[in-house]
Amino acid sequence: MILNAKGKASLILSLCLMVLAAKLHANEWTGYSAVEYRYFQHESLNAEPSQHDFSVVVAPEFYHEWDDGNQSLIISPFLRVDSEDSERTHADLREARWLIVEDDWELTLGIGKVYWGVTESQHLVDVINQTDLVENTDTEDKLGQPMINLSLFQDWGSVDLFILPYFRERTFADKEGRLRSQLVVDTDQATYESAAKRHHLDIALRWSHSLGDWDLALSHFYGTNREPVLQLNNTFSAFNPYYAIMNQTGFELQNTHDAWLWKLEVIRRDTSLETFTALTGGFEYTFYGVFDSDIDVGVIGEYLFDDRNDELATPFEDDVMIGTRITWNDEQSSELLMGIIQDMDSSDTAWNIEASRRIGNRWKASVEGRFFSVDQAQSALYQIRHDDYIQLELARYF
Amino acid sequence: MRKGIMTLVLLFGLLPLVQAETAQEKGLAIIVESDNRDKGWQDSSADMLMTLRNKSGKESIREIRVKNLEVEGDGDKGLTVFDQPRDVKGTAFLTYSHALVPDDQWIFLPALKRVKRISSSNKSGPFMGSEFAYEDISSFEVEKYSYLYLRDEVLEGQDCFVLETKPLYKHSGYTKSTVWIDKSEYRIQKIDFYDRKDTLLKIQRFNDYKHYLGQYWRAHTMTMENQQNGKSTTLQWNNYTFQAGLTDKDFEKNDLKRQR
Repeated sequence: MILNAKGKASLILSLCLMVLAAKLHANEWTGYSAVEYRYFQHESLNAEPSQHDFSVVVAPEFYHEWDDGNQSLIISPFLRVDSEDSERTHADLREARWLIVEDDWELTLGIGKVYWGVTESQHLVDVINQTDLVENTDTEDKLGQPMINLSLFQDWGSVDLFILPYFRERTFADKEGRLRSQLVVDTDQATYESAAKRHHLDIALRWSHSLGDWDLALSHFYGTNREPVLQLNNTFSAFNPYYAIMNQTGFELQNTHDAWLWKLEVIRRDTSLETFTALTGGFEYTFYGVFDSDIDVGVIGEYLFDDRNDELATPFEDDVMIGTRITWNDEQSSELLMGIIQDMDSSDTAWNIEASRRIGNRWKASVEGRFFSVDQAQSALYQIRHDDYIQLELARYF
Repeated sequence: MRKGIMTLVLLFGLLPLVQAETAQEKGLAIIVESDNRDKGWQDSSADMLMTLRNKSGKESIREIRVKNLEVEGDGDKGLTVFDQPRDVKGTAFLTYSHALVPDDQWIFLPALKRVKRISSSNKSGPFMGSEFAYEDISSFEVEKYSYLYLRDEVLEGQDCFVLETKPLYKHSGYTKSTVWIDKSEYRIQKIDFYDRKDTLLKIQRFNDYKHYLGQYWRAHTMTMENQQNGKSTTLQWNNYTFQAGLTDKDFEKNDLKRQR
């Protein structure tokens, strides 16, 4: 349970910012802390990891606004302490940003978090923040990204300009951790295409607009690829992450009509190593108040495609996701999301279940399960085929 | 014979014109008057405390902040932000309501920082687990219903018009409602909601009306009692402000991300 240098640095920084923040008046503290337990159904394919994993999370958030709410400060540190995986024990500054709001523009300075995209099964266009992979394999947890973000609002849509002066490396499990490749990724040995390494100045531009039933966005990113290429080291004992420079153009489209949502995300990514097109497209239809109850049942179907057709680069090169989202609309906001991703060229499948329910006003219990049925040795999921798990989490919000 | 019928039609056809309006016309006239009296408030914001009570009297609360923008010739725009319960704090809804075509609606999920366009066809579903359905708290537009004047009645000491309204929009959970509107100020005092089987489902009462800017009445307590499951929900409104100079720019998709 020892914090690495990176963790220590961000923890110290967040503590300093918190002390600074506490000196300002009219401040507001919120956030949550949680205990989590993961039970892995099988013994690991590797020698070190155990079948049980306990961890604790603390994620406070400080908010302060002034100038009639036109300026604000958010600081949200994050800390997880994990019983097994020293890489999963980590601290981060999810956000530490100053926001200035004017009529036709907004400026964000500092560490921020940005989400792009419309689909559910994977998030292709979402490239501003690095994935905090040790948190969850669903890639929805992100590391804080240093940025200058100028947003301009016009009748013909919104334009976001990003200048990203510092790169965050992806997190990977250590030897004692589950959900990893047989050889661990040695994050201390990261190499870069750019001589500027993590100080390469990345830039991004996005236009988004709503027109009646349609929501659409077009984006371009130039900078360090958030997704590293894993290269065997000299002694064949670990993978070293290699971060190339990429150009990525992304397109997002959603049509919302009655209970139907139609969604599409397409990317074209160009690096010195490869050029490819990938897309996710599909629908979500909701049956409201089924059988005269308050329960809503949504049906989700998405197709995942990648023209590299390389299961090792992405397991979702020709796959179909079918899922359901059940919302009880009760006092405890009970909900369940269940899905299966089926490879169209083999019998490989990945199952996913997420459910949650509020307890009282401040507590929330969640269950998450991920199950893999993978036989293709050339699939990226093959390495984690024995890492099926059930996770229980109890969180308290303050 | 033919001539005789014509005379009869002419005679009876002209009668209502000179005599009195029909029950439909009277119902519509009352609603239009009530709607006209509430025009010109421009924008408003208020805090809402929602108390949910189950059959055994156990309570839970939601704290919500609401901003509205009056839109001429269309439904209003609304921005709703949650403070309580804590796990949904910062969750925000943006709604562009329309009379008969479906509303445009977006939700902001703070954990992912994700703005999501959502379907607005869920009219009859409960809002945050309460006894208020989405259609009960959405913006009122005259075109959404048909109206029938039923009778005059004294309700808790106030002279009221009693109307029957039927929803004209799709996906409503109601066949009809009975609405009590006081004659002195044209404010809604009570609504009885009838479910799809035409049985009494819920009773909503409007209390603690306060007068703003010398013209606009706002009920500060609204109670919804479900007659079928014994549950009830009370909305307590506080800190009403009007004409703060809000514009369309304050009701954009981008604004969802920085609601606190």
